Amino acid sequence: MKTVDLTEHSVRDLNQGLHDQAKTIEEPDWEVLNPSGEHNLACGLDADLKVMIKGHAGYYCAGMNQHAEVTVDGNVGPGVAENMMSGAVRVKGNASQSAGATANGGLLVIEGDAGARCGISLKGADIVVQGSVGHMSCFMAQAGRLVVCGDAGEALGDSIYETQIYVKGEVASLGADCIEKEMKPEHTQALQALLQQAGIDEDPAAFKRYGSARQLYNFKVDNVSAY
Amino acid sequence: MCGIVGLYLKDQALETQLGAMFAPMLEAMTERGPDSAGFAIYGDEVPAGSIKVTMRYPDVGYDWPALAATLRSALGCDIDFFQNATVSVFKISCDAAQALTAIAESAPDVLVLSAGRSIEILKEVGLPKAISEQFNLPGMRGSHIIGHTRMATESAVTMAGSHPFSTGEDLCLVHNGSLSNHNRLRLDLQRRGIEFATDNDSEVAAGYLTWRLRSGLGLRKSLEQALVDLDGFFTFAIGTRDGFAVVRDPIACKPAVLAETDDFVAMASEYQALASLPGIANARVWEPEPGHIYIWERGDQMNERLSA
Repeated sequence: MKTVDLTEHSVRDLNQGLHDQAKTIEEPDWEVLNPSGEHNLACGLDADLKVMIKGHAGYYCAGMNQHAEVTVDGNVGPGVAENMMSGAVRVKGNASQSAGATANGGLLVIEGDAGARCGISLKGADIVVQGSVGHMSCFMAQAGRLVVCGDAGEALGDSIYETQIYVKGEVASLGADCIEKEMKPEHTQALQALLQQAGIDEDPAAFKRYGSARQLYNFKVDNVSAY
Repeated sequence: MCGIVGLYLKDQALETQLGAMFAPMLEAMTERGPDSAGFAIYGDEVPAGSIKVTMRYPDVGYDWPALAATLRSALGCDIDFFQNATVSVFKISCDAAQALTAIAESAPDVLVLSAGRSIEILKEVGLPKAISEQFNLPGMRGSHIIGHTRMATESAVTMAGSHPFSTGEDLCLVHNGSLSNHNRLRLDLQRRGIEFATDNDSEVAAGYLTWRLRSGLGLRKSLEQALVDLDGFFTFAIGTRDGFAVVRDPIACKPAVLAETDDFVAMASEYQALASLPGIANARVWEPEPGHIYIWERGDQMNERLSA
């Protein structure tokens, strides 16, 4: 295992060392010590690496991730795993706002709570939050799934496209064009698989499903005169 | 952008270390605010009926003893003072309004930074590290302290636009964000007798709180009302003579992190500023919720959370 102590090395040293693995993986296991809330840790990875960050991370941790598995043993600042393409990011503590923003693929697991705008403009990744999410989560989310084992804040799924949302607890309010939908057997089954993949022990039958009413984003011929 | 930081001690034994604990917090927020920096420190309280006035003159050779003598004869009361770089702290054993009037008349070119029984505000244009060193922040003692590193957006990089702002005795507010209704609010508050020294939006927030507190509403209720009346983006850290509060607007675009141990409560725009605190590895660290009010006060050290 390669250990990088950020009291001795810069974030740029760390990220360059990780990026250098993209050609040939010589060191698949990495451990980062004393992150001290630094921004942009383990960003833009593009290899089958395992990175363990021991402590709290700052903004945009594991952003643009591809293939790698990044775990944060602490909290993360805004924009964790933003625009992730594949791989997996796990936060053992809480995440600040805009967790998983615009993520295209891969799995983001937050074992604590996520702040406001979790999964904003989500484009295909899966996000599983063991705690609660803040307001405006899944705002304009296009594809992928958000699972919330706790509660969701105000305006959940505002202006949502085709992202699917599952919430076990209370939803403070639904945003424009977001509605509760029937939980069919295939949804329970898919949710079970996703929870299992995330390593979270919850009964999928306890969740409600939310998604787009498809009244806002579809072009309606009745409105043609308005254009 | 701006960075804000605050540290409130629960363990009085740490009061001698307040400045040493806080200086790295302020410096860690340099990237968020390299234009100017300042802090309001609470402690070394004067007795009731006396007032402590912090004043600044750009020339360190300013004749403060002469000003003290002038004020002594004008007010006919005891005055102690000490100088710290460009700033002097006067302890005047008379009524606050009388003292401030006499200062304005005797030394109109001196800038009054704060007045109160406990508060001292020190601020300068420049990098946080330089300002911390200039005033020997690491050597300071006190019960609580809030600080600000400024990246100017709404008004010029000047001494007058530097934070923190104090518009009332022992009250201090630091702000990350921008207010959109500050012009109208300033006019309303001026009509109610609140005075403003600058065209800065954050000073309006401080003035608003001063007005609410003067009307006897109490810190908690005043902040609840602020959530209704202030329009814009804000994370505030607020100091009073015996209290510390943190509040974010309901949209919560501006960041904040809180940390609490048995010894202290700390607040910062980003976790980086908390990383140097002793015992932080085992602290409870969380993001304050939007539109919620967090208050710690002497004698009531429980975290009080009230929804807006």
